[in-house]
Amino acid sequence: MSTRLANQGRLIDRSKQVTFTFNGTTMRGYEGDTLASALLANDQMMMGRSFKYHRPRGVVASGAEEPNALVGLGQGSRFEPNQRATTTELFDGLSAISQNHWPNLEFDIGAINTHLARFLPAGFYYKMFIHPKPFWKHIYEPFIRQSAGLGKAPDKDSRDADTYEHFYAFADILVIGGGVAGLQAAKAAAQSGAKVMLIEQTAHWGGRAPVDGGTIDGAPVDKFVEQTVSELEAMDNVTLRLRCMGAGVYDHGYVLGYERISDHKPGTQGPRHRLWRIRAKQVVTATGAIERPLSFAGNDVPGVMLASAMRDYVVNWGVTPGERVIVATNNDDAYRTAITLKKAGVDILRILDARNAAGMLADEARALGIRVDPGRAIAKVKGGKRVKKVAICNQDGIGGAREELECDAVAMSGGWSPVVHMWSHCGGKLIWDEDHAYFRPDPDRPPLGANGEGFVVAAGSANGPLSLGDVVADAHAAGKAAAKGAGFKPKNTKAPQGETTDEASMEAVWLMPANAEVQLRMKSWLDFQNDVKVSDVQLAAREGYESVEHTKRYTTLGMATDQGKLSNINGLAILADALDAEIPKVGTTTFRPPYTPISMGAIGGEARGEVFQPIRQTPMHNWHDKSGADWEPVGQWRRTYAYVRPGESVHDAVNREVKNTRENLGLLDASTLGKLIVKGPDAGKFLDMMYTNMMSTLKVGKCRYGLMCSDNGFLIDDGVVARIDEDTWLCHTTTGGAERIHGHMEEWLQTEWWDWKVYVANVTEQYAQVAVVGPNARKVLEKLGGMDVSKDTLPFMEWRDGKIGDFDCRAYRISFSGELSYEIAVPASQGQAFWDTLMEAGKEFGVMPYGTECLHILRAEKGFIMIGDETDGTVIPQDLGLHWALSKKKEDFLGKRAQERSHMTDPDRWKLVGLETVDGSVIPDGAYAVGEGVNANGQRNMIGRVTSTYYSANLDKGIAMGLIKHGPDRMGEVIEFPGTDGKSYKAKIVDPIFYDKDGEKQNV
Amino acid sequence: MLILHCPYCGVDAEETELAAGGEAHLKRFGPGSDDDQFHDYLFMRENPKGVHFERWRHANGCGKWFHAARCTTTLEVFGTYSAQTTEPPKDIRDAISAKRPGWKWREYS
Repeated sequence: MSTRLANQGRLIDRSKQVTFTFNGTTMRGYEGDTLASALLANDQMMMGRSFKYHRPRGVVASGAEEPNALVGLGQGSRFEPNQRATTTELFDGLSAISQNHWPNLEFDIGAINTHLARFLPAGFYYKMFIHPKPFWKHIYEPFIRQSAGLGKAPDKDSRDADTYEHFYAFADILVIGGGVAGLQAAKAAAQSGAKVMLIEQTAHWGGRAPVDGGTIDGAPVDKFVEQTVSELEAMDNVTLRLRCMGAGVYDHGYVLGYERISDHKPGTQGPRHRLWRIRAKQVVTATGAIERPLSFAGNDVPGVMLASAMRDYVVNWGVTPGERVIVATNNDDAYRTAITLKKAGVDILRILDARNAAGMLADEARALGIRVDPGRAIAKVKGGKRVKKVAICNQDGIGGAREELECDAVAMSGGWSPVVHMWSHCGGKLIWDEDHAYFRPDPDRPPLGANGEGFVVAAGSANGPLSLGDVVADAHAAGKAAAKGAGFKPKNTKAPQGETTDEASMEAVWLMPANAEVQLRMKSWLDFQNDVKVSDVQLAAREGYESVEHTKRYTTLGMATDQGKLSNINGLAILADALDAEIPKVGTTTFRPPYTPISMGAIGGEARGEVFQPIRQTPMHNWHDKSGADWEPVGQWRRTYAYVRPGESVHDAVNREVKNTRENLGLLDASTLGKLIVKGPDAGKFLDMMYTNMMSTLKVGKCRYGLMCSDNGFLIDDGVVARIDEDTWLCHTTTGGAERIHGHMEEWLQTEWWDWKVYVANVTEQYAQVAVVGPNARKVLEKLGGMDVSKDTLPFMEWRDGKIGDFDCRAYRISFSGELSYEIAVPASQGQAFWDTLMEAGKEFGVMPYGTECLHILRAEKGFIMIGDETDGTVIPQDLGLHWALSKKKEDFLGKRAQERSHMTDPDRWKLVGLETVDGSVIPDGAYAVGEGVNANGQRNMIGRVTSTYYSANLDKGIAMGLIKHGPDRMGEVIEFPGTDGKSYKAKIVDPIFYDKDGEKQNV
Repeated sequence: MLILHCPYCGVDAEETELAAGGEAHLKRFGPGSDDDQFHDYLFMRENPKGVHFERWRHANGCGKWFHAARCTTTLEVFGTYSAQTTEPPKDIRDAISAKRPGWKWREYS
């Protein structure tokens, strides 16, 4: 059994007991425990089940690389799946549940898959679910969906109760990793005077060196750590952050740090996670190394652990994972585990060393009475939910067992791999180190910064060195190199002397035993979380998957949430062997950020709820809100769709507004329309290029409707242009188009016609603009007094500055409704007062505010196009019958040349027409018109589509506009629009102007 | 997350402040051009592995367009310069030659 030891545990405080629950059972641990160490102390070795076969799984590691011990943490609005027990700090009241099982952890139906394993090989899904095709939707997909996904998503109705934030930080040198290497690198760098930031993912400085032992400058490692931290804390140019992981290294020295501020004390004030957006001139990756598992049969049985992790549990948390332990290794380091456990009173039955010769640590182990068997290997671990027996064989054989030993835990070590993720994220290259059988950073090919020089330096065991002395010396040099790279002069200091027992060299062992027969290979796990075994990778190779990237996707090796931190090197060594290629030739898969999963909350930061995207509001926004506004998003604005009165439906409100505006008086908040001032001696020439029609000839005081196209001919915007004075124009754009069109104008001015003397200013928000519309429009303005708004003084398509009542304004006599209409702009600060005044004065004239849907219907009744409805980026003015707005006099304008291209002049292009349903119903939005025959897919041929479709209360029928092939030549023809509701809508092709064809109403 | 120096306002701007604007030094063809010229102007773009000239706008900053000479593989920036030019200036081309002897991009080298 796994149990708490009477002594040891450098990170726990035995005076402070903590209570938590696991799957509802109350357990106890100590402050300083991780959830994993506390579970082990409670003899809870089994912590979850694997993804594919639902095999029982126990904790295998002690840190971020853990693939098995994933739990759901917290409850309700704080529930979060897939949290690693090894990196979860224990706190009082913690509640965890295990994952991936049904009905419970101990008894799981899905575990039947393990007996079907021979039928579920690599690529099973690809092979199995291809035929027959009809099965896919009703049988295969539901089955896969049910078994897919790890953990449980949080309840869909709850919202994350915590808050998150982003921090920006700038440093000359960022050191990622606060082990002895990171501390020493930070110190060496900071001594140059550079601004240094040091981040460490765990809650403790020093990494794993204090567990491994040895001395630095004659003192124990713990002492060195303590002293270096206090030195760094005393330096003004150094920032230290614990619980802050380097998540990713990006272009030009950008690094994301992920700080878990209150995961260990949930519910405390302030944000839970903080995303650090760091810019550094140089980045030091002191990210350490991760031990590799050995690939032997049953290496996934709960109780089989990494040797270093077992040592961590004993030294850091005073927990032993077993009472009778067997150690299997191919290197000297695992002897430290045997020695540590033995000294803690644990029985070490054997050290099975795949090599024939070990170093001085073997002598030390033997002196403690531990039996060391060279050349031996594990043939198979037996046991289901817990290690029961180990069958021992020769490493160079096929797995014939020499003896079987009863035990309850196995420590394995396949050697160490430097954590090269941070080095690799932004393009740092690796070299294969044959002696140590690992990939390490190639110092000649680092990630390059903006100046073409390397900006990442690897330090300590992340760079390859594994012994304490080498690690500290390497880190010292790395810190100085980073300081130099950042433009500082490093101090001429010597590295501290680290000393530890010398180790004999390791020997690569990719399969244990070396020639294991297939029954053993089928039980030798590479990827624990995704259930990928040695036999799966070999099968992939046989089936032709030669690229490691393809094999990864075919077998799912390294695709689990741990991203193959344990499995990658073992997997590609197996692949290389199966392909009879060298490991460096096969290469690694790509390392991608984040290093371990980071919370979506941290990525979002403060940008949620109302601040996710700020809403633009007109000066009258609050009035609309209080007056029943049914809101509609338009660009970043909110506009009123309709003003709904008590007892009305939205549809009722729209119909009321439509009728009232035509019969009495309507007010529209048109403030959102873009207003661009174009000014300068060349402004006219410039606008002639921007618009398809002539703007330079427009007279001061007049308005003209204009179309804008991109240089490939398609309509991008429209609006009314007013000439303000000799060298000033005011261009109205669509609501969503103001910023885009402003940018469009700037682009051409700055990059093509930069010698033209023109300024463009976006003054959209400077004005509140109200459309006063309807037969009584003039009456209400005349009642307020001020400027002359009569037909003769202010005719249609002209504008005047003046006063309406007490308000300074500019009145445009323009109409998007076909009614007598004034659009009146006042300073934004006066908007609400002006609106109130109009509402009050308009009472006797039947005034009602109207929204965007009414606006749409009124313009559709008049056959006016709307950018975004009649246009979709593929429509040219000629399609919409707007030839009259295309200047024939101008030599050039944006889009002119493009509109001469053969496809643009094709007579088969769909053209704008009006559509009137035969029975008065409303054609569904987006419906397509079908013609004769079918296409190659057996679908009915399309001959057009609806672009705008409404119920017109004024005409009491459905009206629509659409783009129809040869449309204008087919007036009176009835065509068919199948709806998605199963009905078919028949409509007659008519002129798009449905109401007041001669424009008599607007011109009064 | 590139950092580019805006030659107008002098700020070393992060990519979040910038908007990419595609290839630099395009020559506009308008009315009177033949179909091939116009087609190439509209659609044909360089897609080099290595030295490239691009347009950027300091969109969330001073609002000005500028040009950048950059390596598309290493992301090394050889320099940024005014958008009011029809070809890469000599000092930029020299800076590239110093780092990438023998480089070629469209008609420039």
